[in-house]
Amino acid sequence: MAGTGSACLVAGLLTALYAATASLYGARSGRRAFVVSGRRAIYCLAALMVTATVILQSAFLRSDFSYKLVAEGSSTDTPTFYKVTAMWATQDGSLLLWALLLSIFTSAVLFLTRRSLRELAPYATAVLGVVAAFFLFLMVGWENPFSAVAGPVPLEGAGLNPLLRHPAMMIHPPMLYTGYVGFSIPFAFAIGALVTRHTGADWIRATRRFALIAWTFLGCGVLLGALWSYTELGWGGYWAWDPVENASLMPWLTGTAFLHSIMVQEKRGMLKVWNVSLIIATFALALTGTFLVRSGILESIHAFGASTIGMQFLVFIAVVLVGSTALVVSRLGDLRSESRLDSLLSREAFFLLNNLVLVALCLVIFWGTFFPLISEAAGAERSVGPPWFNRMTTPLALALVLLAGVGPVVAWRRVTLAGLRRVLIAPLAFATVVLVALLAFTNAVESLPALLMFCLVGFVLAVVAQELWRGASARRVMTGGSWPRALSELVSRNRRRYGGYVAHAGIAVLLLGVAGSSAFLDQKDVRISPGQSFRSGDWTVTYERPTAQLGGDRAGTGAPISFGAELTARKSGERLTLHPSRNYYPTQDSSKGAIGRYFEGEATSEVDVRWGLTRDLWTAVRPDTSSLAGPIREANRRFSGANGDVQALAIAAIVERYRTDPPPATFRTLVSPLVSWIWIGGAIVLLGALIAVWPSPEARVRRVRSLYKARLGRELSGT
Amino acid sequence: MDPSRKRRLRLVLALSVALLLAGALVYTSFSASTEASTPSDVVTSAEPGRSYELTGKVVEDSVRREEEELRFAIRDRDGSTSVPVVYEGVVPDPFREGREVIVSGELERGTFVAERDSLVTKCPSKFSNENEKSS
Amino acid sequence: MEYALALVVLIGLVALVVLRPLITGERDDGAEAPDRAELEAAKEAKYREIRDAELDRQMGKLSEEDHRAVDRELREEAIDILRRLDAVAGKASKP
Repeated sequence: MAGTGSACLVAGLLTALYAATASLYGARSGRRAFVVSGRRAIYCLAALMVTATVILQSAFLRSDFSYKLVAEGSSTDTPTFYKVTAMWATQDGSLLLWALLLSIFTSAVLFLTRRSLRELAPYATAVLGVVAAFFLFLMVGWENPFSAVAGPVPLEGAGLNPLLRHPAMMIHPPMLYTGYVGFSIPFAFAIGALVTRHTGADWIRATRRFALIAWTFLGCGVLLGALWSYTELGWGGYWAWDPVENASLMPWLTGTAFLHSIMVQEKRGMLKVWNVSLIIATFALALTGTFLVRSGILESIHAFGASTIGMQFLVFIAVVLVGSTALVVSRLGDLRSESRLDSLLSREAFFLLNNLVLVALCLVIFWGTFFPLISEAAGAERSVGPPWFNRMTTPLALALVLLAGVGPVVAWRRVTLAGLRRVLIAPLAFATVVLVALLAFTNAVESLPALLMFCLVGFVLAVVAQELWRGASARRVMTGGSWPRALSELVSRNRRRYGGYVAHAGIAVLLLGVAGSSAFLDQKDVRISPGQSFRSGDWTVTYERPTAQLGGDRAGTGAPISFGAELTARKSGERLTLHPSRNYYPTQDSSKGAIGRYFEGEATSEVDVRWGLTRDLWTAVRPDTSSLAGPIREANRRFSGANGDVQALAIAAIVERYRTDPPPATFRTLVSPLVSWIWIGGAIVLLGALIAVWPSPEARVRRVRSLYKARLGRELSGT
Repeated sequence: MDPSRKRRLRLVLALSVALLLAGALVYTSFSASTEASTPSDVVTSAEPGRSYELTGKVVEDSVRREEEELRFAIRDRDGSTSVPVVYEGVVPDPFREGREVIVSGELERGTFVAERDSLVTKCPSKFSNENEKSS
Repeated sequence: MEYALALVVLIGLVALVVLRPLITGERDDGAEAPDRAELEAAKEAKYREIRDAELDRQMGKLSEEDHRAVDRELREEAIDILRRLDAVAGKASKP
């Protein structure tokens, strides 16, 4: 089947190129049949990509180790969930995922716009066809997921990297890619709009939903990555300003700016140049995000899996940027604003401000991420760390939250100072109450930025609550009815607006969590023996006893050996039992010895977190296995030739020894206040996005009617 | 003030703010950053009191844990010049002899004294979505 | 061998689907006139703006005076779109 899979890729490449060529020819020559042909070619491409994916997935599920990917990333004892998701753990597989998602999304948008945007759609098809062709070209030329394993077919695969055996980590790439791919749709239509000089808001209206869906998935992907970092890695943080993390955050920031500024173009015909530039930047950043993980572009320090396709990606991104910029410059005349900014106290102005802050954030992060390259060009290679990032982004984040609160209350075109005062007085009062309460009852004043953030979050939440209340009461005045009914009708009739407000509230809550957990973190690192205690925040933590297990690890990842500890945490009346541990996975490296290889392979930290609304208690342990080195050496000597059962007994004995005669172990505990609100805030943003993207009932009725009208028109003209 | 003058004023203001921020960006990044170096760089030209970001491979059989401290040696990726390191703090999961690591700190009398929790281990060849980091 | 065979089959299938419109000369005339759909969308957007402004007035974000001015502008723009829609519809209904 691998041959068929490869054939799907080659056929896909040819089909994508055909789609681009046919659409272009059809558009330029006016021969619509070619446009239809091009569209059908995209549908075929989607079918081919689905076929290829099915073939690859079935290889994983069957544990067919003749495939290089399966042999390197899976094994017969890998749980099924991780077999399915192992496909995108590798470079080749994730390129296929990109191509799959891109072909499906393109098919969807072409299907939805098949009766409209007749001028734009062919050019958008061409752009998307070329992008798809690029990814297929990479696979066919260099990174074929269907390549066969070198040498004889192994009996057992290497298994999935233990660090990746976490549900969040496996959903994270598809979510990110859905985001990246999703943004290529508005990009392609923007290019189409520029080429055809149809620079009105049509391309925006057609692709707005795709942009919103992409933004949502990308945001969730970023959050999932943070969640994984928090619950799986041994350092207890959720964001390290790592290049890979930053690479996924940057397109999300420009995407957020884009979602806001397109509203200005839709309503007032302004910011046309800004919008096309923003979507071009977002797409370029999405491509950068995709390949940053896999190339050696940040060489020196942050290269992992330096790949063979880095150069090609770089060239492609350069072509995209240069080509798009040239196009924009050539169409500057068509991109003139239809109206002017009337007043600085208008929603347009605030959206522009919000955009500027978001772009500034993106630029700061970009600068910091690529600083090693920049400084290298300037002389000596240097790098900046999290303290610099935190320092530079905190004021911008504060500004953003402030704008998120004021924006919703400002109307389009103009608002009077008196009107503004009237609307803001209640939320400001609430924020002041919050400030006073925090000063009086908590130690929040120890971190001024955090204090400021808490007050601003209160401000935003008050604004959203006020909007909902006022809107609902206005509805009640008009149509009567109960409060819940008025509220639900209000939201359902103005989904974009209120979905947006809910998302604002979600972001505020998220930043509340960020502020609390970064400013008031209490971290303890200790090295103690069983029976000893230490203080962490308000808690007294006691190392009760060590734990040692053969198989049956708590996280269900299939680790044969697991060393850990049982801890009790006590605080005025509360008592918690925690079981942090460390899983040990065997290595294939036989130089460690038949017994030793079970202890010397990869090891992952299995943290134990007690979630809480006010604070989390996070614990991790690093057992000291050096005391077992002697017994392991002895066992290697004696049992390297023995059969599996005897070796298992030897391992069991060594494992038991850790339990009965434990050396001191190193613990890290974190008391993170408010960190759970980050995840809760993310869920609220998701809810807001869902509300905003859901088609309103009237729109559905209108679409059906227009289909009938089209049919009537067709039948009347006798075709 | 007529609208076009107001608009130009706004533009000038915006550009000045942007320039200021850009200046702050450049200045703070160059002053707050650490210089990347290899063991050979550090051995030959490290100045005492300046912090560096040392990159290299962990030398085989050099890892020893003494109470709170972890001692190991780092060598050039493609060479043999090595520097002994003294480290305290969280050790990332993939840390192993022969793997590439990055650690920040200062050179004191021939030994590289690392900043707490600054050890980063690069995950080997295959895909890894995250660099193993502490702090 | 499997690869070559599969390639031929797949390309053949794709060609079948993709070349059909070229042979039958199918065009997407069944669609509404090109400008029609865009104008319809623009009309809907304009209506939404009028409703939004009304909501803003009810919520007190826009004063009565400001709302009157904005509403008047928006309605003029909507009428303009409707006029253009009629022109397009008029063209389409000519035999």
